[in-house]
Amino acid sequence: MHRTGALYGQFKTLEQQKDTATLGMWIFLVTEVMFFGGIMLAYTINRHTYFHAFAMGSNTLSLGLGGFNTVVLLASSFTMAMAVWSAQTSKKGLITLFLSLTIFLGFVFFGVKYVEYAQKFHHHLVPGKTFDIFYCVRNPAKCSDIDAADMAKEKEEIEAAVQADPDLNAHAQLYYSAYFGMTGLHALHMVIGAGLLFWLLKESVAGRFNAEWNNPVDIVGLYWHFVDIVWIYLFPLLYLIDRHK
Amino acid sequence: MSEHEHTEHIVSPGMYLAIITTLLILTGLTVGAAFVNLGRFNIAVALLIATVKATLVVLIFMHAKYAPERTKLVIIAGIFWLALLLFMTLSDYASRVDYRGVRYPMTQIISHTLGNRG
Repeated sequence: MHRTGALYGQFKTLEQQKDTATLGMWIFLVTEVMFFGGIMLAYTINRHTYFHAFAMGSNTLSLGLGGFNTVVLLASSFTMAMAVWSAQTSKKGLITLFLSLTIFLGFVFFGVKYVEYAQKFHHHLVPGKTFDIFYCVRNPAKCSDIDAADMAKEKEEIEAAVQADPDLNAHAQLYYSAYFGMTGLHALHMVIGAGLLFWLLKESVAGRFNAEWNNPVDIVGLYWHFVDIVWIYLFPLLYLIDRHK
Repeated sequence: MSEHEHTEHIVSPGMYLAIITTLLILTGLTVGAAFVNLGRFNIAVALLIATVKATLVVLIFMHAKYAPERTKLVIIAGIFWLALLLFMTLSDYASRVDYRGVRYPMTQIISHTLGNRG
């Protein structure tokens, strides 16, 4: 296979080369849509069947942290789009800058996610043997990170939910399984994305990307934006159930 | 395919900035809407806003708007397959009666939701 400049031998034009790469990536992304779609389907059926447990679970998530992470991830999609633009216009310094910003925002997301997960472990809200939806309400001293007003509200909500669903402790685990499963798989995709971004960063520092050759930036960009779209759906599905009470 | 080379469509930074601003406003809107009691329409509004956001990301950030027709076809086929997955499975759950003649709980919950929250 010979290569003339940025053009590989099997292609006639750079445009054809780019279209081929893009088409292949989109076919992969369609399989990802089906992958996350199946999980969201399982979520939907459980949410309808055990609505009280899901609403209860959703209200224990921090809207502040979730909302902040949504903004961070959207911003990282913007910086990724700008990295693609920098590559298309051969602005080599800017490619490195925007790739670095995208990686930085990705790590801010991981940091916030760590804080959220750690909180759920402390509050005994991880499905399994030690799961106890009543833990904080019964041991308020051990959940000192929840302020008094929120604690009173949570107590009221749990009592109302138990009235409607006597098996709340079992059904709430379905919500947290969905929460950890979906956000965990999303985070795994981000880890892979961050790895790819580090590789792009190395290549960009070496000055490999320009208006003729920027397929890797474009393709990783498609992947990163897809992961952003998954979060666009996860945020309202997991954080915003029945918030209006 | 034509022999002559087309120049690639480059989306301007101004356009990206307009899209990210819209996405952030829509995020605020979806949080605001969650605190208003719309009954069973809360989830519909949330999914509608999410879909508008996803569409903007696909069309502009992912350049689908400027992609060749065959790439667009793949994207539309993907959405169609997802719709099949969701629609066929959910219609089964919503209408299934088991061997005892008992409806799946989801049906009851939906009628409960319509009755008390709609």
